[in-house]
Amino acid sequence: MSKSMQDHKGRPVVAVTGIGIVTSLGIGKDDNWKKLTAGESGIHEITRFPTEGLRTRVAGTIDFIPADPLCAPALSEEFAMLAADEAIGESGIGQKGDFPGPLFVAVPPVEVEWPQRIELASATNAETIGYNELLRMAETERFAPYYERFLYRGTTERLADKLGTRGSPIALSTACASGASAIQLGVEAIQRGETDVALSIGTDGSVNTEALIRFALLSALSTSNEPPSAAPKPFAKNRDGFVMAEGAAALVLENLDHARARGAKILGVIAGCGEMADSFHRTRSSPDAKPIIGCIKNALADAGITPEDVDYINAHGTGTPENDKMEAKGVSAVLGERVRDALISSNKSMIGHTLSAAGAIEAAFSLLTIQHQRIPPTINYQVPDPEIPLDVVPNTARDAKVRYAISNSFGFGGQNVCLVLTGEPH
Amino acid sequence: MPDDARDVLITGIGLVSCLGEGLDAHWDGLIAAKPIFDETTFAPYVVHPVAPINFDLQIPKKGDQRQMEPWQRIGCYAAGLALDDAGIKGNNEILSHVDMLVAAGGGERDTAVDGKILTDLRTAENPKRLLNERLLSDLRPTLSLAQLANLLAGNISIVFNVIGSSRTFMGEELAGVDALRIAAKRIAAGQSEIGLVGGAYNGQRWDILLQLAFGREALKAPYQPIWARGTEHAGIAAGSLGAFLVIESRTHAEARGARAYAKLTHIEAERCRRDTDSLEAAISRMLNAVKPRLASGESAVLSSATGAAPATPAERTALETLGTIPVRAPGSVLGHGVEAQFPLNVGLAALAISRGSLWPALDPTGFEQPWSGALKQVLVTGISAWRGEGLALVEAA
Repeated sequence: MSKSMQDHKGRPVVAVTGIGIVTSLGIGKDDNWKKLTAGESGIHEITRFPTEGLRTRVAGTIDFIPADPLCAPALSEEFAMLAADEAIGESGIGQKGDFPGPLFVAVPPVEVEWPQRIELASATNAETIGYNELLRMAETERFAPYYERFLYRGTTERLADKLGTRGSPIALSTACASGASAIQLGVEAIQRGETDVALSIGTDGSVNTEALIRFALLSALSTSNEPPSAAPKPFAKNRDGFVMAEGAAALVLENLDHARARGAKILGVIAGCGEMADSFHRTRSSPDAKPIIGCIKNALADAGITPEDVDYINAHGTGTPENDKMEAKGVSAVLGERVRDALISSNKSMIGHTLSAAGAIEAAFSLLTIQHQRIPPTINYQVPDPEIPLDVVPNTARDAKVRYAISNSFGFGGQNVCLVLTGEPH
Repeated sequence: MPDDARDVLITGIGLVSCLGEGLDAHWDGLIAAKPIFDETTFAPYVVHPVAPINFDLQIPKKGDQRQMEPWQRIGCYAAGLALDDAGIKGNNEILSHVDMLVAAGGGERDTAVDGKILTDLRTAENPKRLLNERLLSDLRPTLSLAQLANLLAGNISIVFNVIGSSRTFMGEELAGVDALRIAAKRIAAGQSEIGLVGGAYNGQRWDILLQLAFGREALKAPYQPIWARGTEHAGIAAGSLGAFLVIESRTHAEARGARAYAKLTHIEAERCRRDTDSLEAAISRMLNAVKPRLASGESAVLSSATGAAPATPAERTALETLGTIPVRAPGSVLGHGVEAQFPLNVGLAALAISRGSLWPALDPTGFEQPWSGALKQVLVTGISAWRGEGLALVEAA
């Protein structure tokens, strides 16, 4: 019998025993990993809705799964199920529809969308449409299915039904850090001893007209439409915004002892989590980078490691002028001298910004980075930014020794989460 | 370490609703048992409008207020009241490790813009192009931030410098239960020392009424107290309210000399399959598990019943099996604040325990019975309209 493992704080070690990934690059972690390390881009011209008059016409939409009618909660649910099935299948835990632990899902914000609003309006004879008319139609039997569809927790509840998870499922919304928050909640539940396994999912299928326009109005999006694959340019001097994208990742988290006892393959370990909220501004980081620095330091302390131990940083790296500058500043401040040897890259250069799913997808890719000892590149890096003197693994994947990786996730509303990942302990 | 070091104490309560703001306004309003509702502005629907609030008192910068829609202003204000009440507002040393857990729905739409666009789309030659053009010209950039669920938490960080951590749980009554459950479990396990937990809801919104209407859950006039609605006149009377609690470990509270209203000794969230299982039986199982801990003549139930059927009638039947314990549904007076309702009622439970008594019944059906005694324990139910069942036990500290 193997010895019980605890971390430096006397907590159960939290292993990952299943990973599932869906992005604009494809379905499944193997296909995604192959394309990611080949430097392929999933960004393309938007075809699912007209982009006439819009300055941004590219995104990392998942077009190989039909999205008609277009509905963010429905798509998000579909992506999440694909990722969850792959992860649970790999972990070999439970039975189909019977997952023996709680569910934490990072989901995009929910509201009734334009296709449904237009459908409601079309059902009335009124010449002038207001919410009065919409409400009258909404109460007819025909639209009853929209009740569950547009409940804020609806997607998460349906996932819990299908997956057969235990207890009250939680729908996370910490903006672009949501996926990392979902993992953190699962890790904490296992550390508290409440459960031996947990399922954490990040999913996002919200590339639609209004969401795109909203981010455009905040001047957050790249407008480099030609060619689409060159739009996201993290850390490059000519970076001009992020590119909206879709995807999902699921991680089966498991008490290491429990996983070993049942002979499960250990894909890696979530060694630590750190948070710190930023109170400076709704969309901008504090200019002194203190919250980013504090968040990363908290994660390293939680994992019981020092900056010297960090081999690789899976960057939030959105490609906005602001994020990449502040992230580089924060990372450099924490790592000190170590920053010259550590490598940093942005998956978003290839898959775009998968928003609510990003933290989970990028944690999954970080685990694969450790497993394969190979770092996915930052593509579209042609013009170095002298203000960011980091080795961003430009354009071509690189083999490297990676024992500890950190994965950063930052979001509007002052959300900062950092995860520390490592391989199976021996 | 003493056994009670990881007790979870409630040391700050911030409430905003149709009854006004703060603990005295709520206590007096509940004792008066006079519901405040509006049957005309959103006719045929009934809402409980928020009392006039001078937002400057907690959100001094007009610029901050402009960045928020009403649900965020109400929540931010309630969070400020809770921090004030706990005596930690402005104490940056403590605020730097306050873990925030917010239960939220989503943002507010500009319903006038939506209506105009929908009207113009009816006669548009190229509706899809028109939609792009109109959204580009008519959407306010700040509005899109007000629509993000996590921006209530974001605004609280900005206005009050709460920065330990910030997590938002999305969606309906159980988000409120889960927020408090996870925050309390983290404190009990030593993962956190102090938390700010709560939510806010603005019922005076056509777009939120639209969501309720899909489920035919929005209460239509006339107003009736929760238990009187039964199945025939079932429905949710949307409230406009905000509720935040400061909870902390006994060790942390004692170290800073904080006074506690009560302690949270039990909290759980369940999820029966209502399509196949009996909700009533599921609620009974939860109640029966806690029942042995209740002292006769010193305990009460605060129900977060929504007024919707069949959940509320099922909850009533399950509560009736508890025996003579008095029940109150504050939603009859304050309306239903969905994500905020459970934190609200846990706050009211702590308040009632600290004052040692209970307010009068407001129920023509007689299910709520008059009661007088020295209140020491309150069970708070959180049975959602659609899915999920929560239960907490609040006891004298």
